[in-house]
Amino acid sequence: MSEVLVLVDHVDGAVRKSTLELLTAARRLGEPSAVVVGAPGTSAKIRESLAGHGAAKVYVVESDTATDLLVTPQVDALALLAERTSPAAVLVSATAEGKEIAGRVALRTGSGWLVDVDDIAADGVATQSVFGGAYVVKSKVTTGTPVITVRPGAIDAEAAEGAATEEAVEVPVAEASKPVRVTGREPVVAGDRPELSEASVVVSGGRGVGSADSFSVVEELADALGGAVGASRAAVDSGYYPGQFQVGQTGKTVSPQLYVALGISGAIQHRAGMQTSKTIVAVNKDPEAPIFEIADFGVVGDLFTVAPQLSQEVAKRRG
Amino acid sequence: METMNIVVLIKQVPDTWSERKLTDTDHTLDRDAADAVIDEINERAVEEALLLKEAHGGKVTVVSMGPDRATDAIRKALSMGADEAVHISDAALHGSDTIQTAKVLASAIRTIEGVDLVVAGNEATDGRAGAIPAMLAELLGLPQLTHARRVEVEGTEVRVERETEDGITHLAAELPAVVSVGEKINEPRYPSFKGIMAAKKKPVTTLGLGDLGIDPSEVGLAAAFTSVVESAPKPPRGAGERVEDQGDGGVRIVEYLAAQKLV
Ligand SMILES: Cc1cc2nc3c(=O)[nH]c(=O)nc-3n(C[C@H](O)[C@H](O)[C@H](O)COP(=O)(O)OP(=O)(O)OC[C@H]3O[C@@H](n4cnc5c(N)ncnc54)[C@H](O)[C@@H]3O)c2cc1C
Repeated sequence: MSEVLVLVDHVDGAVRKSTLELLTAARRLGEPSAVVVGAPGTSAKIRESLAGHGAAKVYVVESDTATDLLVTPQVDALALLAERTSPAAVLVSATAEGKEIAGRVALRTGSGWLVDVDDIAADGVATQSVFGGAYVVKSKVTTGTPVITVRPGAIDAEAAEGAATEEAVEVPVAEASKPVRVTGREPVVAGDRPELSEASVVVSGGRGVGSADSFSVVEELADALGGAVGASRAAVDSGYYPGQFQVGQTGKTVSPQLYVALGISGAIQHRAGMQTSKTIVAVNKDPEAPIFEIADFGVVGDLFTVAPQLSQEVAKRRG
Repeated sequence: METMNIVVLIKQVPDTWSERKLTDTDHTLDRDAADAVIDEINERAVEEALLLKEAHGGKVTVVSMGPDRATDAIRKALSMGADEAVHISDAALHGSDTIQTAKVLASAIRTIEGVDLVVAGNEATDGRAGAIPAMLAELLGLPQLTHARRVEVEGTEVRVERETEDGITHLAAELPAVVSVGEKINEPRYPSFKGIMAAKKKPVTTLGLGDLGIDPSEVGLAAAFTSVVESAPKPPRGAGERVEDQGDGGVRIVEYLAAQKLV
């Protein structure tokens, strides 16, 4: 069986959930080989969780400079390994950085690249949802080693036994690319809530929430449901909530099991980021709000009475 | 650094690959939405280039690939204050994918001598994945400082605050370099009347594939490294149940969620 290279996305010595999803997808195509690029000692910390998701091999590409540079260490490693192992595919998470890495790997290896993939079949045909879910497209790579970026959260991670045999890889630095120095990092502090694009429940607030203070209503519901908090652009622009939580065409695209929209009208640009959610619930005091056109369940009412009641009821059920 | 020779990339709307998907149905709304986003990010890229030019002196050249109607976006950039433009237009480009687009843009940038900085919008939302600037860096062998919310040039060094879902990363590199800007970078200026008049006289060079030394068989749909197996419009999402809150709105939602096994 051919190998499938999976670029491991890790932070603070932990594997991101999206990597486990990639390993799951990789098993459909062949034998997953995890590629760990990072500071010395990284692989030791994460090998176990890679093994628990079916990684047969772990290529360890560790160096002191790996974290001082942007994307090029990952690109160098994947391009080298793609050449050496002729894998069935190279899988990378469709994050901002993942897509930059994948695009460069595709160029360097002369391969086709499928972006923002939601699903992959055993024959390598990938499903993409384009225009905010208006179209479903199935495509395949016809030239080179398929490079595929998979949207975080699109595929459910499944546990599987893997040997996770480590193999150290020495990657010569590509001379053509001049370096970018990373002079500082301010990682997003992972709070107690799940990451927005990975969460299975997202509760978003819009302009209807009215102020930064009253966003606590949104947060409380998100916490009751164990979900992430999102915001419309109007809410972000009005300073109610930070920009990194914006959902929509110019923000994040999410497709959780459950999306709850509080005080959001449902403008096309907002919908573009959330209409592939499995279930949509909306609370809005305007019965004509367009969000109701796509909501599976809608309540016409004041979010300040409905949402707290909902939080309480959920808490009651969860005991 | 004496003065800066800056290239701004301007994206045409909608991108040709998506256009193909849209022709058989009426999805005008989505297209308008896409247009608006791309205009916005183009203008922010132009604005940032102009700010750098104002601070350091130099020249701003707009580079754009697309059909003839691309000229609207080019005119807009010139009326904001860009100095000249290169328009890559060739029927053979129709249907070009991300990889081909990056290669063509890189060839066009190579025709401009002594480029210090390439500035682009991060295009995060339009099917090109926001990776074109990174891919240009790869092809041009330049450092990549992308997804910037802040750009600073001092001497021969460019520094950027990169903002992605991972947080903020501070980057630095020697010029020449490729920069892409995000939504928060600046507020683009409006073209003045004088600017609009002046734009009419600014030089726009049109380049075909021949001028770039690219064989037409290397680009376009037929040469793409990926192929569409099937595509279908997704049935629009229908409205579900909607109730008036009678003081029990929250309870009704929980009942619904419980029935769906979501709580
Ligand atoms: C280029 C471009 C890109 C864009 N990108 C995005 C994007 O990424 N994401 C995004 O969200 N938008 C985006 N927009 C903006 C979008 O068009 C809308 O303006 C925005 O989504 C509106 O946000 P909203 O629904 O919160 O506000 P509004 O449209 O003002 O809606 C507020 C809603 O709250 C309801 N409400 C008020 N008070 C209450 C209450 N007490 N209880 C219940 N309901 C209440 C009102 O009835 C109303 O429906 C973009 C626009 C453009 C032009």
